[in-house]
Amino acid sequence: MTELALIMVSAILVNNFVLVQFLGLCPFMGVSKKIETAIGLSLATTFVLTLASICSYLLQQYVLKPLDLEYLRTIGFILVIAVVVQFTEMMVNKTSPLLYRVLGIFLPLITTNCIVLGVALLNANKAEYGFLTATANGFGAGLGFSLVLVLFAAMRERIAIADVPKPFRGAAIGLVTAGLMSLAFMGFSGLIKP
Amino acid sequence: MSPVLTAVLALLLLCLVCGALLGYAAVRFRGEGNPIAERINALLPQTQCGQCGYPGCKPYAEAIAGGDKINKCPPGGEATIQALAGLLDVVPEPLDAPEGERPPRVAYIREAECIGCTKCLQACPVDAIVGAARQMHTVIAAECTGCDLCVEPCPVDCIDMLPLAGTVQNWKWEQPLPPGRLVASDREQAV
Repeated sequence: MTELALIMVSAILVNNFVLVQFLGLCPFMGVSKKIETAIGLSLATTFVLTLASICSYLLQQYVLKPLDLEYLRTIGFILVIAVVVQFTEMMVNKTSPLLYRVLGIFLPLITTNCIVLGVALLNANKAEYGFLTATANGFGAGLGFSLVLVLFAAMRERIAIADVPKPFRGAAIGLVTAGLMSLAFMGFSGLIKP
Repeated sequence: MSPVLTAVLALLLLCLVCGALLGYAAVRFRGEGNPIAERINALLPQTQCGQCGYPGCKPYAEAIAGGDKINKCPPGGEATIQALAGLLDVVPEPLDAPEGERPPRVAYIREAECIGCTKCLQACPVDAIVGAARQMHTVIAAECTGCDLCVEPCPVDCIDMLPLAGTVQNWKWEQPLPPGRLVASDREQAV
């Protein structure tokens, strides 16, 4: 249990996938203009990341490893993650229209993002990860992404009405803000005792 | 077995399984849409005018299927309300429009005053206005649904809504009085 909690904290704060490992930067910059869409995308991303780490772990352990095909990880992970997300989207569409309205449009958007493949590959690289720990890492990555995306969207909503100097307007001030956030998140590495 | 063959077979098998899963899901979880909304949509006049408060006929049809009132469609008028009431088995209500049901109207552009701004072209939901930038515009009367949406954007107010002129082709007998009020004795019986 302590190990799971540690992995989650690590994925959310210390090794935050967006601000420390720089994965998933395009949705971070692209979908952070409004806080409502940011919340929708964070829910979808958390969902997809958890699902991706589960199915990539199963693929790695029960198909690729026994057949000695670990060099096919990338293509295999992409295939399985895309199929599972598509399947889930169809199922949600049929069973729960309300949930589909919240997640629906964001699911295909995030499926092939680098953060999804990144979590799957990083999990596969850590030989000591079991099923639960891999899932916790994926879920933590999703929570970390949600945290910074919502924070960043809230800041950008304020920046949009602020008096920004002309050369800095738009993406420039967004990237500067993201860089400062990244600096702030580096402080969390102090949580680990050397 | 050579390692290449194993890799190809394993990927092929994986792809086949995934394809079968998706194919099954597409059949099993097919979103058939809302059949009631489709049938309601078929009864609406498809003017896409937005006078019901929804961005088009289809959204209004979905709203009716979700329990909205059936009397918000001025272009459809009484006939549409009756048809909808028949389909949904509810009591028809009078049209919910400030001036009641209007006689069919058609937009008319006073062409001498038109400055060719194309604003009414963009507003028209049925593309019944022809013209180009800095050219005079005109209305194709046969296509116009009389929805009023082009009147508001016109910067020089050169669009009039004229009552559709009666011709020998579209002249009708006036509607009889509702049953029960035909003669004085009917009214006494009803009481």
